[in-house]
Amino acid sequence: MSEHSRSYRFAVNVTPKPGILDPQGKAVERSLPHLGISGVTGVRVGRRVEMTVTAADAAAARAVVDHLAGDLLSNPLMERFEVEALGETEAPATAGVGG
Amino acid sequence: MTTRVGIVLFPGSNRDIDAVNALNVAGAEPVVLWHEETDLAGISGILLPGGFAYGDYLRAGVIARFSPVMRAVADFAAKGGPVLGICNGFQVLAEAHLVPGALLRNRGLRFVCRQVTLLPEQMDTPFTRELDARRPLRMPVAHGEGCYFADDATLDALEADGGVMWRYANPDGSIAGPDDAGNPNGSLRGIAGVRNAAGNVAGLMPHPETAVEAILGSDDGLGIIRSLVVSAAEWASTGTIAGTRAVAEAAR
Repeated sequence: MSEHSRSYRFAVNVTPKPGILDPQGKAVERSLPHLGISGVTGVRVGRRVEMTVTAADAAAARAVVDHLAGDLLSNPLMERFEVEALGETEAPATAGVGG
Repeated sequence: MTTRVGIVLFPGSNRDIDAVNALNVAGAEPVVLWHEETDLAGISGILLPGGFAYGDYLRAGVIARFSPVMRAVADFAAKGGPVLGICNGFQVLAEAHLVPGALLRNRGLRFVCRQVTLLPEQMDTPFTRELDARRPLRMPVAHGEGCYFADDATLDALEADGGVMWRYANPDGSIAGPDDAGNPNGSLRGIAGVRNAAGNVAGLMPHPETAVEAILGSDDGLGIIRSLVVSAAEWASTGTIAGTRAVAEAAR
């Protein structure tokens, strides 16, 4: 790692695009009466991917995340994504430990 | 010389042996290609088999898309070589943008494993040319994410271009819409398989490779596998396949 590189934590939230059928969300919704819950609608199930990116600066790190979020983590035909910047971290987290 | 057709083996592929058998029955020489293979020399056609490549993690087919062999397959397709993706192989082709659309989770919340009826829509294509007639074909499906999706404009353009290759049919022979019993997964407009604009890459969710001998319950799939083999042989000897367009022309 270059002495100038810094590490940033990001989260990418991927959700089904509006109008795309989401059978997982439907299944969750249908289970709610079994919990005695009513009045909950519009359940959509997506995924959240967190990562640490080491780069020259925050903008460069963000560019990497945008790239992989659009190319790998989401399929633009059926999903949309939002990137959350979670701030600078001290060092790259070990895989599986995260933080 | 026997036509050599490559079967791409990803970690998690599980229909590769069925594909080997089908290609043998169809008179080709199957060549299993590991997912790290990048040299397709001597290969005249490609079959991407079913399974759960890379565990289907993230989305079915997406991690396979970035494997070394898929770069070689994309180059092969760009040169006009015939590529057929079956089930998970179709999902890989869709994620790789080698065919249009996407495969969503089945509408019915279930993994479906049953026989379906398939209507070939286009007959003189690299993947249907050996079918004896435009009649319903019986073969199995086995998938959790097979619901074909594209936006209306894409579907309209695809239909206008003859890009829909196979549709699910009801018992009475009509096209099975998303909510019909003959449609196993909610696929829009009953679409079971499509091709790319050039016509040399196609994918479908049903399994023609497991319906190639009467003892398997149906041999209706053999015509599709034989079509791939005949097209592969044609491409190997002439560098083109009847019924396909140059990729640059197709992009217009």
